[in-house]
Amino acid sequence: MEIERYEVISSDEIDAAEALRINSLKEASQQAIPDPDRWLEEELRRNVLLTTVDYAVDWARSRSIFPLMFGLACCAFEMIGSAASRFDISRFGMDIFRWSPRQADLMIVAGTLTWKMAPAVKLVYEQMAEPKWVIAMGACAISGGTFRESYSVVPGINHIIPVDVYVPGCPPRPEGLLYGITKIHKKIGKESIKTS
Amino acid sequence: MTIALNGEEVAEKIRGAFPGPVVAADKAAVIVTNQSLYQVAEFLKNTAGFDFDYLTDLTAVDYLDYFEVVYHLTSLKHNHSLVLKTRCYERGKPVVSSVVNLWRAADFQEREVYDLMGITFEGHPNLKRLLLWEGFVGHPLRRDYL
Repeated sequence: MEIERYEVISSDEIDAAEALRINSLKEASQQAIPDPDRWLEEELRRNVLLTTVDYAVDWARSRSIFPLMFGLACCAFEMIGSAASRFDISRFGMDIFRWSPRQADLMIVAGTLTWKMAPAVKLVYEQMAEPKWVIAMGACAISGGTFRESYSVVPGINHIIPVDVYVPGCPPRPEGLLYGITKIHKKIGKESIKTS
Repeated sequence: MTIALNGEEVAEKIRGAFPGPVVAADKAAVIVTNQSLYQVAEFLKNTAGFDFDYLTDLTAVDYLDYFEVVYHLTSLKHNHSLVLKTRCYERGKPVVSSVVNLWRAADFQEREVYDLMGITFEGHPNLKRLLLWEGFVGHPLRRDYL
């Protein structure tokens, strides 16, 4: 008895309907759909990416912060340590510590602030160009620390200038400062050119 | 190493030069009266054998009953040193004569003592506050401050 091999295509309705759909889609899809950026030249297409202005500005700002060196006390050594090769602050685009406030974006107030020094801190802060950010590094800069009750110490630099990030510790280790800097990055990432 | 002179021996020589100024003396220091301080300092600086040409330190201590001003003198010529002290019993207005004319190093030191301890140095050319600002009320290193 000879078996009819190609009788397998059954008259089952479901399979038949699927075959019809696939065949019709295949018929209709012989031509590829043009890319949305097809109107661009080939050279241009490889060099353009689209994003929002906010994202681009914030990305650029947060990855190119120039810190102002403002070492007032022992915390300054941890700040210097974080700039040296072991902790390497350059990884965050903060290659150069600036001594001039006019070239700096971020003021790292590292150490005890006395009332005699306070006018200088305020002046330097006001000389910095907008946008600018401030890190209060260490217990003394945050609240006056051990010297809070003293006659000569400012009980927290937020009495003098607005502070964005507080880095606690006495003194904080360089890892702590770097964590504070990443917090600054996140803060910058939330800013919009419409408001800033 | 610098040799610390015996205060008793130095006191004897000061007594020999002019009687009166030495209040007390022990091995460590010579204590002289408030009024004669400049005279004794000049004597120690200019007498051959002493030649204290270098003022290492000038500071003050508050003992509540009196203030004590302490002078650490060194002779670079003979490589020896001496501690000279004087006391002011008037708490309201303690006065010591200035030694800036003898040692220029006393300039800032006396200003600091004036600033923090409130001791007036008579004859100082520019007796202003050094560490604190003009207009600060009180002298913070006094024991009765606060």
